[in-house]
Amino acid sequence: MADEVTSPTPVYAQLKEAIRKERPVALATVIEGPNLGSKLLIEPAGLSGEVVSAGTLGNEDLDRVAGRDMLGELSAGRTGIRRYGPDGQARSDEVSVFIESFAPPPQMLIFGAVDFTAALANVAKFLGYRVTVCDARPMFATKKRFPRADVVAVDWPNRLLDEVGPHLSERDAIAVLTHDAKFDIPAITSALQTEVGYIGVMGSRRTHDDRTKRLIDAGLTDAELARLRSPIGIDIGGRTPEETAISIVAEIIALRTGRDIPALRDSQGAIHRS
Amino acid sequence: MKELLNDLDRWQRQDKAIAIARVVDLDGSGPRLPGAAMAVNEDGEVAGSVSGGCVEGAVVTEALDIIETGDRRTVTFGYSDDEAFAVGLTCGGTIHLFIEPLDW
Repeated sequence: MADEVTSPTPVYAQLKEAIRKERPVALATVIEGPNLGSKLLIEPAGLSGEVVSAGTLGNEDLDRVAGRDMLGELSAGRTGIRRYGPDGQARSDEVSVFIESFAPPPQMLIFGAVDFTAALANVAKFLGYRVTVCDARPMFATKKRFPRADVVAVDWPNRLLDEVGPHLSERDAIAVLTHDAKFDIPAITSALQTEVGYIGVMGSRRTHDDRTKRLIDAGLTDAELARLRSPIGIDIGGRTPEETAISIVAEIIALRTGRDIPALRDSQGAIHRS
Repeated sequence: MKELLNDLDRWQRQDKAIAIARVVDLDGSGPRLPGAAMAVNEDGEVAGSVSGGCVEGAVVTEALDIIETGDRRTVTFGYSDDEAFAVGLTCGGTIHLFIEPLDW
């Protein structure tokens, strides 16, 4: 095994590679106690798809206990200090280990290749999302129109979601910007099958009311409808695609942090006042 | 850490000695969460940040000392520490940084 390590700093080299390739990785550093500064790195799904580790905290038992905790912290996306005994004992605190989680970036899927899409893709990239733009119309869904998107897919949303939906989690977001019923309904129905933390749907109050009827006809429950942020965004009076994009990501942030916000879906009256 | 990688690559290609400071803990209010990182090279060049600009200057001094000595240690900056360090967070919080050479 040891002869595979060619870099003088194998832990850092592997950390760098995992972060760049967007593989989830956790790094533990002893910040107090014996073997100060020693490191253990764990990737739950390394190159071969198996758990891979590098380095050591200086004690086999400590590595085993901390390694298990690292996987838990990584899946929860947490970074912080854990304390152990010198052999990994849970009720001791002679060794402080700083566990850092590097989760891959969250994803945003934007359905509909419209004017608002380019602005939302830009703002989402600014916030660190991996962005996919999807539209069934090849004329509109082009990399040229959405240069900042990581992926531009010419496809139907429900087909794309059949493929990527099972990998999405609460950190991820879906924005449906088409406001065209034949596109919206399958997109929303498929989005609701995923575990994403945010599903926003664009449209005027009238579009929203009409769409809600169609969604009920399609068999959606009240609980499913309640997951939708529709009309999308918070009420800051935004008009331009850029201002609308800000109102959408503000809603995503507030939903994650649990703050009260003037959501458009909870208010009445025209979205755009003259 | 991610935002430091390009600078770290460049400094390593130039054979610069490097220290990395990471926020490991936070008491009370603080601008950056655990995991926020800042790197300093032997010339005093800086990448990243660990606060809203309140303690970065003092971190550079610590980091240069760590590059010099090869030590690694936890350094605390807080409102009540201004006698000891003459810097602190104006927001009233305390941050604990682990600073070490990039020798791993």
